[in-house]
Amino acid sequence: MNQEFTMVEINYWAIAPLLVVVAGALIGVLVEAFVARASRHNVQLGVGLVTYLAALVVLLAKSRTEHGLTMGGSVVIDGPSVFLMAVILCFALLSLLVMAERFGGPAADAFTPMGAATPGSDLERSAESAGWGTTEAVPLMMISVVGMMLFVSSGDLLTMFVALEVLSLPLYVLTGLARRRRLLSQEAALKYFLLGSFSSAFFLFGAALLYGYAGSVDIARIALAIGAASPVLDGLLLPGVALVLIGLLFKVGAVPFHAWTPDAYQGAPTPVTGFMAAATKIAAFGAILRLAYVGLSGNRWDWEPALIAIAALTMVIGAVMTVTQTDVKRLLAYSSIAHAGFILVAVMSFDVTGVSGAMFYLVCYGFTTIAAFALVTLVRHEGSEATDLSQWAGLGRRSPVVAGAFAICLLAFAGIPLTSGFTAKFAAFAPAISHGGAAGAWLVVIGVLASAVTAYVYFRIIVTMFFEEGAGDVVAITPSTLTTIAIAIGLVLTILLGVLPGPVLEAATQSAQFLR
Amino acid sequence: MIDNPYVPLLFFMTLGLLFAAGSVGAGQLIGPKKANAAKAMPYECGLQPSPKAEEGGRVPIKYYLTAMLFIIFDVESLFLFPFAVAFNQLGLFALVEMVLFVITVFVAYAYVWRRGGLNWD
Amino acid sequence: MTPVYTLAAAQVVTEVQPTVDASGAASWAWLLVALPLLGAAIILLGGRSANRWGPTLANVMSWGAFGLGAAILIEMLGRAGDERAQSLHLWQWFTGGSFEVNAGMLVDQLSISFVMLVTFVGSLIHVYSLGYMEHDPDKGRFFGYLNLFIAAMLTLVLADSYVLLFLGWEGVGLASYLLIGFWYQRSDYASAANKAFIVNRVGDMALAIGIAMMFVTFGSADYSTVHGGAAGAPEWALTAIGLLLLGAACGKSAQFPLQSWLGDAMAGPTPVSALIHAATMVTAGVYLIVRSNAIFDLAPTARLVVTIVGAITLLLGAFIGMAKDDIKKALAASTMSQIGYMMLAAGLGPVGYVFAIFHLLTHGFFKAGMFLGAGSVMHAMNDQVNMRRFGRLSGVLKHTWWTFGLGWLAIIGFPGLSGWWSKDKIIEAAFVGEGWQPWVFGLVTMLGAGLTAFYMSRLFFMTFHGSGKRWTEDVHPHESPLVMTVPMMILAVGSLALGAILTAVKFPEWLAPVTNGGHLEHHEPVLAIPAIQILTFVLMAAGVFVAWRLYWKADVPVVAPEGSALTQAARTDFYQDDVNEAVFVGPLMTTATGLVEADDQIVDGGARNLGDGVAGLSRVLRRAQTGFVRSYALTMLAGVVAVLGALWVMN
Repeated sequence: MNQEFTMVEINYWAIAPLLVVVAGALIGVLVEAFVARASRHNVQLGVGLVTYLAALVVLLAKSRTEHGLTMGGSVVIDGPSVFLMAVILCFALLSLLVMAERFGGPAADAFTPMGAATPGSDLERSAESAGWGTTEAVPLMMISVVGMMLFVSSGDLLTMFVALEVLSLPLYVLTGLARRRRLLSQEAALKYFLLGSFSSAFFLFGAALLYGYAGSVDIARIALAIGAASPVLDGLLLPGVALVLIGLLFKVGAVPFHAWTPDAYQGAPTPVTGFMAAATKIAAFGAILRLAYVGLSGNRWDWEPALIAIAALTMVIGAVMTVTQTDVKRLLAYSSIAHAGFILVAVMSFDVTGVSGAMFYLVCYGFTTIAAFALVTLVRHEGSEATDLSQWAGLGRRSPVVAGAFAICLLAFAGIPLTSGFTAKFAAFAPAISHGGAAGAWLVVIGVLASAVTAYVYFRIIVTMFFEEGAGDVVAITPSTLTTIAIAIGLVLTILLGVLPGPVLEAATQSAQFLR
Repeated sequence: MIDNPYVPLLFFMTLGLLFAAGSVGAGQLIGPKKANAAKAMPYECGLQPSPKAEEGGRVPIKYYLTAMLFIIFDVESLFLFPFAVAFNQLGLFALVEMVLFVITVFVAYAYVWRRGGLNWD
Repeated sequence: MTPVYTLAAAQVVTEVQPTVDASGAASWAWLLVALPLLGAAIILLGGRSANRWGPTLANVMSWGAFGLGAAILIEMLGRAGDERAQSLHLWQWFTGGSFEVNAGMLVDQLSISFVMLVTFVGSLIHVYSLGYMEHDPDKGRFFGYLNLFIAAMLTLVLADSYVLLFLGWEGVGLASYLLIGFWYQRSDYASAANKAFIVNRVGDMALAIGIAMMFVTFGSADYSTVHGGAAGAPEWALTAIGLLLLGAACGKSAQFPLQSWLGDAMAGPTPVSALIHAATMVTAGVYLIVRSNAIFDLAPTARLVVTIVGAITLLLGAFIGMAKDDIKKALAASTMSQIGYMMLAAGLGPVGYVFAIFHLLTHGFFKAGMFLGAGSVMHAMNDQVNMRRFGRLSGVLKHTWWTFGLGWLAIIGFPGLSGWWSKDKIIEAAFVGEGWQPWVFGLVTMLGAGLTAFYMSRLFFMTFHGSGKRWTEDVHPHESPLVMTVPMMILAVGSLALGAILTAVKFPEWLAPVTNGGHLEHHEPVLAIPAIQILTFVLMAAGVFVAWRLYWKADVPVVAPEGSALTQAARTDFYQDDVNEAVFVGPLMTTATGLVEADDQIVDGGARNLGDGVAGLSRVLRRAQTGFVRSYALTMLAGVVAVLGALWVMN
């Protein structure tokens, strides 16, 4: 019993970006507590921007070179985790700019004046007329970002679980904070929360089984144990692997664990949806990659078929469901499901190029998605967002710039050359063809077919916007400079990554090696 | 079989189940069955649920808020207790860590306080 | 009696023409794409004010590209034979996995031929459009799209890899789509644009998969790597790639079974039909196949399929052309049929590649000329397209009549005119070979010549001649302004003389290094060449004669007679839409709606059925609120069980 206590080694520079964001989040909470309501919006925005920028600078300046295991192996700083953390921070930065959009009002336009008030109550109305806003969104988002950054760099299943919860809980809350269509938003939050907890339980149960098998939650130790552990315990391994992966696949919205996606995406405030789609996906895929490539690759022949089936199913159902959607946010949700399937194709190549392909895809998809959802926030009918596709008819005539920008996003989603969607699909599919064997090739064929289906849908929207006459009362309003910057960055990168993907692809390739 | 380290676990599980089932069953069998108003209350500790059932039977959200505040400090003490027990071995580093932890908890506490979470009405 | 050329031996030796680094004018080849692209960008971003200066700018950019192309051509003519093919490296586009894709250009005899066709005909049509679109409120946008098309088409033909070609391929598709739907206010036009796009996606998908297969087989999609490595690749892979490329070509070039969109594409403004859907874009499929000759040389099965597809489309297009009363749709059918000729020639292999391109060039001139003529007729006739309402226009539209007439003589293969030089070569080449193939393909092409003569004469006579004027009362035909007729005249000169000129300058021999490894040698058809020529002429004359009897001498009814079953079938493009509906669109929509319904049924608890009355609705909605998550969770649980069960069963 009297074991000597040994302190874990902590490389503070390695985890400094995480600490910076944690500190930012705490400051954000204190701002909520002590700063006057009127100035909170601007102060929170400043805190958020400074935090993300500082974390990014620290990450790129110091942590980038501090590769290694730290905190007793709980945190792994290696190529993929640094790359993904940097991308998450970039996405957070852009999303924050969009979230802070006020459209000339006193508070952020996307969020309810008072989350705790009953929808339609006097309390809500008085909060509205007092110009209150849910500035808590900024620290909530920062906490979520902490979870995401930890998620992609966690070295054991327990840390991964904690990170999963830290990233998820704020998102549940954020989902329920939409200013308009409050009931829908709250319903979405509850659904997201319930199903998220459900999947967390699967993850945790799987982790327990793996612990039973390997005697450790450490991902590297589990890798060593596979094949070396007592055969009596073999019965624990496969269910453990499956349940852990299912917990993660829920987060990326893979079929059949996707049911929450359209509802949550539709109900959440649109800037939050963009953030969820871009950043959650990248975090969850970071974890999937680490787990699949480092921890569980030893018996991948046993569980690979299931993942292949899920990837195929995800692409097909995601793509086919887009066809009948009439709400632009639900449509983008199903589109994000299909994209998750495309990324899974890259994951299934089990080659270092698959890691870089998947990471590159996530970067491309994320920037386009944030811009796309930001554009959705601009299209208004009598002050609230017009998300029904029929309302977008003729938008190309009335607001050519917004419609054109959205068309670029759609072209990228469709994978048209000279947009990032094309290079991303190429980067994701090429490794599957060259390393994925017959299954990889088939997945690519399915992927190409699925993208053809989605391309049809995207072009139908373009037709709706440009080739149809619509009611004149749906217009795109002019955003503030910050949102404009965010959209512009998203669009420029969408084009740039399509024309000159070299530097980013190079960075992804160089960061593709996991530390074991 | 008996060497398996999980056997005691099985033993405890069985025991727990037996105890739970046994005590409920025993209560049914041998307990006096005289109903009174206090027994029909949702909370036997004496708490009056303020809204009546015909108003929707909901418990005000304030109770939950208080319960969550309680949990915050509960979790804090959960960490503080083992830390205090092993303080001699842990040294200055752990003290600093623990102070940071307490500060973090108090940030949340400050938020609740300033935003009126502690006011009952 | 020009001999037919072919490869000496039956053995095909893949010999890829070596390239040198581009120098001189060719090192500026990127400007060919950049100029019109810049024009498109400036005009499309210019908004409403572009209506004033856009048309001029677009013309300048297009003619600029033509000037540069001409400079490159002249310089290339001055080069030694082995230095004509030049490659221009632009930048490393991207690397994916172990693959690397470079953006670069290949300027050789084949691509410069296309550059000249695209920029020259394209620029003429830019000029014509100045008149045709003069009163359109959105003409800036129109010219922006036109420039965009030129840029994309030049990317397509100048690319040095299949990936870059794919970019151009998608680009022309996009431009075509935007232009077909240019008058989107009319929903049938918009849906025509949609249809063109969707059908093209089928072909594009084939191209994408084909490119993926190239990466698998050769590790790259550069022309040099793929064509150079073709000899070392297994034949089945080459056949598969060949068939996929054919699929792509079928989509873009409106070949059987993906031909249905071309007729509907006529919804676009007529200059667009002339440029994109007659002269240039639709021939991209032929370009693709000729460009990939190294693959097709080694994949005889794929080549045979190309020939068969060409033959089928040739006849199908001719039949459709005979039945249509819409002047533009009849011309579109004729385009299909003529591209069928080119495909057939390309499928014949080394014996036909150069003639496919030869016919492509002459066709580009005379067909564009006729389309512009049709536009001029429509201009005069209040945008009517029904030929049964034309007749005896020759007197009113003098210039249109004689320019159209030259195009007509060229397409029916009247001796001495452009079409004769190129089409007779294809017919002769089709008769080369062994076994059943030369007879079948030869006779098909010959029959096609007769049919072409009939339906084109029908079109010409119904429009410009005939026994009477069948005009509706409100039309007052007038000749188009000079800005429209001059381009038609220039194209008419091409219809007249281009074939003879290209033969005189030995165009086939000049092109041969790209397609035939440089060796063009004589090969005898199974039928004597004079016999072929005479038979073709007789069939052609017969076709014209029948048309003359039916549509010049006799009265043409204003309402189309019911016609035979074949005519009815041809009028509906041989039920292509119904087939598409049944094969592609139907199942997809069924699956999608099925999934949605399943979603609704399980999730919604039948909200729609029980939705009578407010109370019932409220109850159902309450249930649906909890039902959602529960059934979602159930789906998840089912998924978990399925995954675990499957894994358990498999292991």
